Amino acid sequence: MSEPAVVSNGEPAAAQPARAIEVTDLHKRYGEVEAVRGVSFSVGTGETFGFLGPNGAGKTTTINILCTLIRPTSGIARVAGLDVVSQRAEVRRRIGLVFQEPTLDNYLTAEENLRFHAELYGVPRQTTPDRIKQVLDLVGLWNRRSDQVMGFSGGMKRRLEIARGLLHSPRVLFLDEPTVGLDPQTRVHIWNYIDELRRREAITIFLTTHYMDEAEHCDRIAIIDQGTIVALDTPDALKASVAQDRVEIGTDDVDATVAELRERFGLEASLAEGAVRVYVPEGDEFVPRLFAELSVPIRSVNVARPTLDDVFMAFTGRTIRDTEASAADKMGARMWMRARR
Amino acid sequence: MARQASIQIAPVREASGSFIDDWRAIRVVWKRELIRFRRDRLRIVTALAQPVLFLFVLGTGLSALVGHIGPYNYRTFMFPGVVAMTVLFTAIFSAVSIVWDREFGFLREMLVAPARRGAVVLGKSLGGATVATLQGCIMLVLAGLVQVPYSLSLMVGLVVIMALAAFMITAFGLMLASGIQQVQSFQAVIQFAVLPMFFLSGALFPLTHIPVWLRVLTRLDPLSYAVDPMRRVVLEHLAIPPAVVAALNPGMTWGSWRLPTLFELAIVLIVGVTCTILAVMRFSRTE
Repeated sequence: MSEPAVVSNGEPAAAQPARAIEVTDLHKRYGEVEAVRGVSFSVGTGETFGFLGPNGAGKTTTINILCTLIRPTSGIARVAGLDVVSQRAEVRRRIGLVFQEPTLDNYLTAEENLRFHAELYGVPRQTTPDRIKQVLDLVGLWNRRSDQVMGFSGGMKRRLEIARGLLHSPRVLFLDEPTVGLDPQTRVHIWNYIDELRRREAITIFLTTHYMDEAEHCDRIAIIDQGTIVALDTPDALKASVAQDRVEIGTDDVDATVAELRERFGLEASLAEGAVRVYVPEGDEFVPRLFAELSVPIRSVNVARPTLDDVFMAFTGRTIRDTEASAADKMGARMWMRARR
Repeated sequence: MARQASIQIAPVREASGSFIDDWRAIRVVWKRELIRFRRDRLRIVTALAQPVLFLFVLGTGLSALVGHIGPYNYRTFMFPGVVAMTVLFTAIFSAVSIVWDREFGFLREMLVAPARRGAVVLGKSLGGATVATLQGCIMLVLAGLVQVPYSLSLMVGLVVIMALAAFMITAFGLMLASGIQQVQSFQAVIQFAVLPMFFLSGALFPLTHIPVWLRVLTRLDPLSYAVDPMRRVVLEHLAIPPAVVAALNPGMTWGSWRLPTLFELAIVLIVGVTCTILAVMRFSRTE
């Protein structure tokens, strides 16, 4: 942790395009299913940009197109100013990838994994050892460099993958669900490393997540649902655009509460985790009225400023958890079909 | 930009990475095979157990049945076959490990590198060939125990043939592996491809005086064209009259034509190259 700032590539900043990622009307169809349906956005150089959405929303498909792993059905995507279809090898040289599933060789040591990666991406031989030390220091694995990856924990493997993704000084680092499958404490650690990385390297980060709290680490977020972007802004602006507080009312008679809210307050309530939920402009002023006018006994009231979860709800009409549940059902059915075959 | 937005993208050929990228990928995959081979001592020992059993247990049993010529017995005859067997199993194991690589993700790291997929397959095939040749060389150490002399020209000849055979078998294995999606299918590959290949190759018995149907099958087995030159070079270095050699190993014939060694090795090379090309094509196709 000695050097303060590491410029991630040797070229002067002026040589970099102002937009690290530029996507125009991207479509991807798999047979009948259209996984990505006309997505357009751009990411500035040095920005941390998050794709937030439930599983199956089209996040991974989009990231795979940007990483040149799959071809779009139509539309244009440019990464570091290069077309992902016609300049595939050039794009690959300039991006770092961290997948959802580990792609390390367990039989090799941490350092061997990195050395092979350096060779694969043509990192000059004389700078390789220094660069390996830099990235291993960044993720706190320098003293484990000679150990076989086999003995690493899930969090250590993910950190090593992040280090490897950075090794060839990419312009853009892609992180596909960087913390999926990790315990909460390790998730926090991974985010500390990513924040440290943003501070030290002049790098654009594109990540996908379905954790609301993680999306808040981004400069800007696109909320994606069913293959389209439903909202795109900074986390604060998105929360402000909802401009409503969330009030959750605990009661024994849910139906009567919903009915009364509609009749007396003109509010459409929804049910979330056993509580009745409404959105109102000023939550703290609403609560006294609620107590005065509602005839159903109230057990509890909870007022919260909008979170990204609420933003997602506001734009899609569902919570991420709802979508996840139905996606899991579908997945279960598919697995069952496969097992029968 | 916006004008072009909805233009349909035509299917594009894979953007050709520069040759230097491919070369790097080949080198990395090759080195990785060697490191893993060196580190996996257990695998080296296991791969020796089977040929040693064949040579000293089966070979000794059959020797009692067949008799001997001077100091030489059936084990001497079997030796080149058993060396070929070592190469066969090591090479196949290396090749099919690409299915493990896929299962455990490492293949993905290789496939997103700025090299063409074919380079990965080529590296794997050269790596597997090197590893199998090395394993075969370990078997050569046992030559003296079955009265095969440690002559330099014999050893060099065997190593060259082993290397060619190892290349062909690895390429063949990669071609099979390109169609395998699951690790569990490995057993099927062994049962339906590797064992028939081994038994039909003439590694264990001379390919003469056998019924026509079996004769035809042995001629279709590419491994036969590696085992025969190996046996020929071994027998040439033994102190026995040529007439006995001819009786022991009339060699590979098509009809009544005795195939020359170089012709046989050319077949091995061509099969290897063909399998490599097919494997490269099949791996490049999958998205």
